Amino acid sequence: MNPVLTKRSGLWQQVIARPQGALALGLLGFLYLCALFAPLLAPYGPGDQDLQKPYHPPTGFTWTQDGLAVRLYENADPTQALYRPIPGKTATIHWFPAGHPYRLFGLLPCRRHLFGVEPPQKIYLLGSDSTGRDVFSRLLYGAQVSLSIGLIGISISLGVGLIAGGLAGYFGGWFDSLVMRTTELLMAIPGLYLLLALRGAFASQFGSGEVYLLIVVILSFLGWSGAARVIRGLTLSLRAQTFVEAAIVTGLSPWRILWRHLLPNLASYLLVAAALSIPGYILGEAALSFLGIGIQEPSASWGLMLAQAQEMKVFMCNFWWLLSPGAAVFVTVAAFNLLGDTLRDVIDPHFRTSDR
Amino acid sequence: MPDPNAPPLLQVSDLAIEFASPERTIRAVDGISFSLASGSTLAVVGESGSGKSVTALSLARLLPSPPARVRSGKIVFDGTDLLTLPEAALRHYRGGRIAYVFQEPSTSLNPVFSVAFQLSEAMALHRRDLTDRRAAGVAALSEVGIRDPERCWKSYPHELSGGMQQRVMIAMALVCRPQLLVADEPTTALDVTIQAQILNLLREIRSRFGMAILLITHNFGLVKGFADHVVVMFRGKIVEQGPTDSLLASPRHPYTQALIACVPRLGESKKRLTTIDYDKLDALLSPA
Ligand SMILES: Nc1ncnc2c1ncn2[C@@H]1O[C@H](COP(=O)(O)OP(=O)(O)OP(=O)(O)O)[C@@H](O)[C@H]1O
Ligand SMILES: [Mg+2]
Repeated sequence: MNPVLTKRSGLWQQVIARPQGALALGLLGFLYLCALFAPLLAPYGPGDQDLQKPYHPPTGFTWTQDGLAVRLYENADPTQALYRPIPGKTATIHWFPAGHPYRLFGLLPCRRHLFGVEPPQKIYLLGSDSTGRDVFSRLLYGAQVSLSIGLIGISISLGVGLIAGGLAGYFGGWFDSLVMRTTELLMAIPGLYLLLALRGAFASQFGSGEVYLLIVVILSFLGWSGAARVIRGLTLSLRAQTFVEAAIVTGLSPWRILWRHLLPNLASYLLVAAALSIPGYILGEAALSFLGIGIQEPSASWGLMLAQAQEMKVFMCNFWWLLSPGAAVFVTVAAFNLLGDTLRDVIDPHFRTSDR
Repeated sequence: MPDPNAPPLLQVSDLAIEFASPERTIRAVDGISFSLASGSTLAVVGESGSGKSVTALSLARLLPSPPARVRSGKIVFDGTDLLTLPEAALRHYRGGRIAYVFQEPSTSLNPVFSVAFQLSEAMALHRRDLTDRRAAGVAALSEVGIRDPERCWKSYPHELSGGMQQRVMIAMALVCRPQLLVADEPTTALDVTIQAQILNLLREIRSRFGMAILLITHNFGLVKGFADHVVVMFRGKIVEQGPTDSLLASPRHPYTQALIACVPRLGESKKRLTTIDYDKLDALLSPA
């Protein structure tokens, strides 16, 4: 038997012990913390516009006698969005100034932000978009959507897959046939068209919260079948092991055997599958929003922000900062893949060296 | 010595079990009858595929159904027909009154749980009266001859040797104080010295706790000095049964004779091991 499976506490230690595992966990930890504390870290709200400052470049920093400060810019040519720093004019950065009110974690009412400058001056760490909204703030708020969609989506699809596949593998019979035929049907439908059709069927009168849920449900609806098939196969092979028989002869009920004896044996597979499938959800949300059928304005998501970076003007004038959501997607997806690969290496005895 | 007039603990009569597949139906057990008194030991002997395991598993209705199907017969345990008992009531018998020890100790324990978890689970189910499960578990482990029961209690299955795993399985069966222990080739996966230890352990347990043992084996060598009665199975049927000593001394059925002849003895210098000549046996068995 695979010794790694037996001690799950040791699993994370082994992941951290590997450089790529530590890197992946570190990156993901950082990203999720950013998303969690987005309203605190972001100097502005996701919809705060400043029509005087469209396509503002990232602000430069200087050091003044009052401390760290940002340069101020003047709009040299409003038609071209050409900004020039005004020599000698700066705005000092304040730490924890009062700003627009929000609720931290959706609960704690709060007005403080990590940093900011005296209004009406603005600090744009990553520039602004076509209506003068702060890209850095929107990136943080967008992370809440883009990062949670993966977690919620994978929980739903793995949950459904686990229940359907686990019961199919354990009990067999007609339920098994039903589940397998359903998954085959789902897998035979081209995913993108199904997505478009489902999204089209539920017209666009939804609010952004409902759209968010709809996307999660659509994506997990497509995603559970693969998981169900693998879990069924694993359950079938576990079912044939003597310890299941031993559990039956101990007098345990089928539910307890499934829940307490088979599920923990599936846990390592589920972990790897989750880590490797989360990028699919993040990319799926990005793709849907990019196509204009995902998250709607004024909410922010990385895919939506990328869609807005598509304008001709952005390419012509080289507003590179508007592509930062792409970098965020890239880093997140890479980190999840790295974590999944590391988990698989740690768990799969075939990939392990004999230096136990 | 068990009272010969008391009703038997287990009475199997005319049991027939079939495996149905779309192509054909296999009759794995074909009208067998035997009984087992409480506190006594019965050995079921026969070659591979003769239906021993199917018989053993059918006692607590453990066969997967479908494909398995009981065609006829009764299994009366302590006055109750197990074949007609509802599933929920049967669970009370499994483990609590009839315990099993399987052939493969390495896969009989769940690899992700410690010995403590698995023993406690069995106790939680059948020994509600025990207040200190840890103490009872450690005691059971030392009863089955594990030298460092405290450490074993905390171990995971892969940290134990095959012999120790089998002892843990026996301890798990023991803590529930069953009336019948079914051991399906409990020593086949172990080496010879461990085999003897495990058999000695089973014998000791029987005399200490007075539980009946149904030992399944293909090896006549294990039967002598261990079982009170022997049942010889061949192709799903019982070809001969009786008290061990008389059956070993004067086997009447040609298959029994052939099986006994197959047991290699130490010190005997044979060029080749004896095997069963099935053509001759078939000729003898065909109705004359
Ligand atoms: N699940 C099953 N499906 C179909 N046939 C089965 C099944 N289980 C057992 N059989 C059949 O029942 C017969 C008896 O099998 P059984 O396992 O009882 O043999 P055995 O005497 O225990 O042999 P061994 O010494 O190898 O364990 C065999 O012919 C086997 O093919
Ligand atoms: Mg067998």
